[in-house]
Amino acid sequence: MRDTWLVFVRSMRPLLRNPAVIIFSLMTQPVLFLVLFGPLLGGAGSWQWFVPGLIVQMGLFGTAYAGFSLIPEIRSGALERMRVTPVSRVSLLLGRVMRDVVVLLVQCVLLLALSTAFGFRATIPDVLLALVYAVFLGVSIGSVSYTLALKLKHEYAFAPVLSSTVMPLMLLSGVLLPMDQGPRWLYTISRINPFSHIVDAVRAVIAGDLTSSSVLVGGIIAITLAALCLLWGTNTFRRTNA
Amino acid sequence: MIKARGLARQFKVRGHTIDAVQGADIDVSRGELVGFLGPNGAGKSTTLRMLTTLLRPTAGEAVVAGCDLLTDPAGVRKRIGYVAQGHGAGDDQRLIDELVLQGQLYGLAGNESRRRAATLIEKFDLPADRLVGKLSGGQKRRLDIAMGVLHDPELLFLDEPSTGLDPQSRSNLWEHIRALRAAGTTVFLTTHYLDEADALCDRILVVDHGRIVAEGSPDALKGQVAGDLITLSTDAPSQAATVAKNLTGAQEFHVDGDTVRFRISHGDTVLPGLLRDLDQAGAHLLAVQVQRPTLDDVFLTLTGRSLREAESALPQGGFPYA
Repeated sequence: MRDTWLVFVRSMRPLLRNPAVIIFSLMTQPVLFLVLFGPLLGGAGSWQWFVPGLIVQMGLFGTAYAGFSLIPEIRSGALERMRVTPVSRVSLLLGRVMRDVVVLLVQCVLLLALSTAFGFRATIPDVLLALVYAVFLGVSIGSVSYTLALKLKHEYAFAPVLSSTVMPLMLLSGVLLPMDQGPRWLYTISRINPFSHIVDAVRAVIAGDLTSSSVLVGGIIAITLAALCLLWGTNTFRRTNA
Repeated sequence: MIKARGLARQFKVRGHTIDAVQGADIDVSRGELVGFLGPNGAGKSTTLRMLTTLLRPTAGEAVVAGCDLLTDPAGVRKRIGYVAQGHGAGDDQRLIDELVLQGQLYGLAGNESRRRAATLIEKFDLPADRLVGKLSGGQKRRLDIAMGVLHDPELLFLDEPSTGLDPQSRSNLWEHIRALRAAGTTVFLTTHYLDEADALCDRILVVDHGRIVAEGSPDALKGQVAGDLITLSTDAPSQAATVAKNLTGAQEFHVDGDTVRFRISHGDTVLPGLLRDLDQAGAHLLAVQVQRPTLDDVFLTLTGRSLREAESALPQGGFPYA
C-alpha cells in the first residue's frame, strides 16, 4: 500500500509541476468533439446523450496513451533501478494507474463543467456514479497501456498497436452516433465491444434511469474488465525482466 | 558477501541460443573491491543482472549478502545497492525527490530518507532542486551512485560506473568509490577499462565470452601471466642477448638494432644480477628499462587478442543485456 502511494506520488510530480499542459493536451480531443461535433447532433436533449459518451471516449483515448510515459523509464533504466529495490512489483503498476485515474477524473470534471455551458444538465449524485464507471474504465485501460508498453518497450512498436486498437474500440462503442441506427452487422460487432455497454450504462446513469438493465450490465462489464486487465498487468509486472 | 557457483544464462535470439554467461564461480568477501573486467559483450552485465535479482539464471546458484538468490530475492534486494549502466533517475523528476523516494522504497521513513539525502547531496556536490534531465553527465552519475548507497547497503554493484564520463568526472567518481570501500562497503563493479580496473580494484576477474578466464590482484595477474618487459640499449646487442637468454624464465626475445627486448617475470628483482653479468661479458649498456605489464598484456596472453580488438570484433549491438 505504501509502495503504491510512493509510486503514485512520484508519477504525479511532473504533472503537478506542469498541470495545465498535461491535462489540457490530453483534453483537446474531447473538447474538440464537444464543441465542433456535439452541436451537429442537434436538439437540446442531444447533450444528455453525447456528453456521457465523451467521458468514455476520454477514458479510452487519454488513458490508453499513459504507457508512453513508461517507455523512457524502461529505456533509461529508471524502472529497472526501482525493480532492484524491495518495492513491491505490483505497486510499480498500481501507483501509475492511480495517477491516470486521478487525471481522468479531473478531466471528466472539467469536461462536465464545460458541457454545462452548452446546456448539459445532470444531478450531482448521477454525475458521481458516472465517475465511478470512469474509474473502472481508467483502471482497465491504464493497466493494459502500461502492460503493453512494458512488453513492447519501444514507441515505434507501441504507437501502432494503440492506434489500431483504440480507434475501432471508440468507433464501435457508439460514442459519436447511435449504433442501433446502423446496419445489423455493425451493431452486432459493437455489442461484442465491452465499451459500448459501458457507454450505455453511463448514459442511463446520467439520465437518472438507475433501474435500467444497462446500468447493471455495464457495471458488471466495467468491473470484470478492470479486474482482468489488472490481473494481466500485475502478472506481467511481477514476471518481467525489463 | 557473494558466493556464486555455476551461474549461467542463455538467451534465445531468433531461434539461436546464446550462452551469455557460462558457469561463473564468483567469491567476494566482505570489504573487498572486486572488478569484473572484459570487453563489451563478455557477459559482465548479464552476470550482474543475475546477482541483483533482475534476471533469473538458467543454471547455477548463488548466495548474495547472506540471502539465497533463487529462494529469497527480496532479502537480496534489501541488502544490496545497484547502479546500472544507464541512468536510474527519471528525467522529469527533481533530483531531491528521486533521492528521497529511493530511500523510502527501501523502507526508510520520510524524515530519515530526507536526512540521508541531504548528507549525500552535500557529499556528492549535487544540485538538489534541479530536474534530473538538466544535470550534466558527471552529476547524473554521482546521483546514480548516491541513489545506490542511500540505504547503506552492505554490498554495492556498479555496472560500468565511468562509461561516458570526462577524465575529471571520472577521477572524481573513483574517489567516491574508494571512499565507499574505505567506509566498509563491499563493492563489485564491471568495467571494460583497464586503467579503471587497475586503479580501483583489489581483485579482478577477467571475463571473456561468458567465462571467467583469470582472477587475482592487478599485480598478481600481471606478474603471473605476462612478465615484465626489459629493454636494453647496448653497443653489443648479440652478447647482451646471449647473456639474457641464460636467465631462467626469459622469453619473447627481440633484437632490433642496438636494443634487446625480452620478457621475464619479476624483472625488477632480476635486473641487478643481469647488470653484473652484462658487465662481465663486456657488453656496455647505454640504457635499461623495466616495464610492468599492463592488464591489456594480461588479456592478450589469456585470450590471444587485446581488449580493444575484442571490442571491435563484437557483432553489431552485442548480446541483449550483455
